[in-house]
Amino acid sequence: MTTTVEPLTPRTRRGAELMLLILAIGIVLLAWVTTDLNRNGTVPANIIPIAGGFTALVLAVHLVLRWKAAYADPVLLPITTVLNGLGLVMIHRLDLARGKLGTDGDAYRQIIWTTLAVALAVAVLFVLRDHRLLRRYTYVTMAVGFVLLLLPLVPGIGRTINGSQIWISIGPLNFQPGEFAKIALAIFFAGYLVQTRDVLSLAGKKVLGFTFPRGRDLGPILVAWVLALLVLVFQKDLGSALLFFGLFVAMLYVATERVSWIAIGLLLFAAAVAFALSAFTHFQKRVDLWLDPFSPDNLERSNQLANGLWGMASGGLTGTGLGAGRPYLTSFAESDFIFPSLGEELGLFGSVAIIVLYLIFCERGIRTALGVRDGFGKLLAIGLSFSVAFQLFIVIGGVTRVIPLTGLTTPFMSLGGSSLLANWVIMALLLRISDQARRPMPEIPVGVAADEPAPAEVTQVVRLT
Amino acid sequence: MSELTLTLLRLGLLALLWIFIFSVVGVLRTDIYGTAVSRRGQRKALKQAAKQDRKAAPRRTPSPAAVGAGAAGAAAVTPEAPARKGRRGKGNPTTLVVTEGPLTGTSLPLRSGGILIGRNPECALVLDDDYASGRHCRIHPDPSGRDGWVVEDLGSTNGTFIGRDRLTGARPVEIGTTLRIGKTVLELRG
Repeated sequence: MTTTVEPLTPRTRRGAELMLLILAIGIVLLAWVTTDLNRNGTVPANIIPIAGGFTALVLAVHLVLRWKAAYADPVLLPITTVLNGLGLVMIHRLDLARGKLGTDGDAYRQIIWTTLAVALAVAVLFVLRDHRLLRRYTYVTMAVGFVLLLLPLVPGIGRTINGSQIWISIGPLNFQPGEFAKIALAIFFAGYLVQTRDVLSLAGKKVLGFTFPRGRDLGPILVAWVLALLVLVFQKDLGSALLFFGLFVAMLYVATERVSWIAIGLLLFAAAVAFALSAFTHFQKRVDLWLDPFSPDNLERSNQLANGLWGMASGGLTGTGLGAGRPYLTSFAESDFIFPSLGEELGLFGSVAIIVLYLIFCERGIRTALGVRDGFGKLLAIGLSFSVAFQLFIVIGGVTRVIPLTGLTTPFMSLGGSSLLANWVIMALLLRISDQARRPMPEIPVGVAADEPAPAEVTQVVRLT
Repeated sequence: MSELTLTLLRLGLLALLWIFIFSVVGVLRTDIYGTAVSRRGQRKALKQAAKQDRKAAPRRTPSPAAVGAGAAGAAAVTPEAPARKGRRGKGNPTTLVVTEGPLTGTSLPLRSGGILIGRNPECALVLDDDYASGRHCRIHPDPSGRDGWVVEDLGSTNGTFIGRDRLTGARPVEIGTTLRIGKTVLELRG
């Protein structure tokens, strides 16, 4: 095979991003207006400040990107804008149905959280000039991640809401620290695995075509498993446990290219689930609800899943139109069940569009991982995009009855501050890494390398500006 | 509000969503980045097409192939470009070709910024060779100002060889010079 390799100078594509952003804002505004027309028959009075504020927020991020990360991926921000905006519109629509208007409404709180989340994302882009700096804090983030994960178990600040102890409350604020633990652990796993992957992938003996690791290399995966088990047992939250353990196994697989890690991970998780099923009635109920949501007993216990399914069914292909359906009949229609709510009012076309948007979001994350040149960045980008993808699988799979329902938030859409903040930070990190990945390589000045010995490390911090 | 308007709004929103998705995909399609790898056969076909085109319309410049290359944003001047040849002396190489080793057949144009060769993913030519160092050697224009290119070993463990001599300092290269790095043999061509 004869091939030629020619490096290309990538374009920044910020202009394309601006066009997509305008389209994205248009979609959100059209959705907002449709909702109010359907509910009240009038164009909302506060359309100008809300539209202006939303546009200003998004354009601010766009300008910061032009300034601080000119080569960042051009489609992440527009996609996030559409998803966040559609979530806002659905929350506003549920407010209208429940008569919660103005500052009482969930939408009002969600708008404030969105503003904070955007500010946080911008701050990340400003402070973090190079994602490789995060590698210095590998073990600090490990400690932070574990503390955040176990914080809801601390008596006094931990809160049990809806059967799961995954909340903390400080003063009037309720917070789900697990969302931030996700980011901290992704950073830790990336830093840790980039150091140890050679040991984890080379040593071991072959059984049945799989190369199995040595006993002593099983340590890290067992620690992650025990931690996930703790979350499962004490916080009674299968979703988070599955997310953390899945994140670790996926990153381990990507770092070592060994299928045996996935096999080991699945076995360990199966053992944990079998244990949980036999030990806790909480899980037995969930599995029962999943297998047979329409039986009279189960409908009496919880009609949430069934209502969500009926809602999506009544939406049909093109949906009832925003504001014209009855998503408010489902409990938690604005958080866990926001996907069925949108599915009902936008129909199959709309819900598939939403899934495709998430798909492209994760694809860009993985493309970034392929493009970036350092191992830590690769693992971090994979970890972050996998966590978004896996969380979506758990929550959308849960509401569509692919897997038992476990409460997790839909990234960018669900009502809830912690989830919004954390996911915007994930997006900012992906933007930062993709900026590094797409930026043309710095030209090495002629004759410089002649005097100084070149460092042989794989990752070295190169000042780019 | 009439029923018709509401229906139009509902369907319009869905249409807009999908238009958005297709424009995102469109942006991605024209946004393929990284190193472009093209098969030589394809390039030959492209060149032939360009030649035929030139024959057919001798006055029409630039040829479609050149326009295509420009649109793809290729900053590196391709070795075929006559401008580069005219500027430099006749004995000066313009391309580096791998003639032996796992990457046999790969060629890449020499750039005035210099090209880095090694196992490190940041290198212009990333070798998959256990005997190569992370940053193994570099080929760049002669720093003393003379016309031509020099190759320089960057303190590699197993050395860069020209023929049987292990490279110590920078050494000028010309067309036909072969470099050996581990199991890989590179040749400079005009």
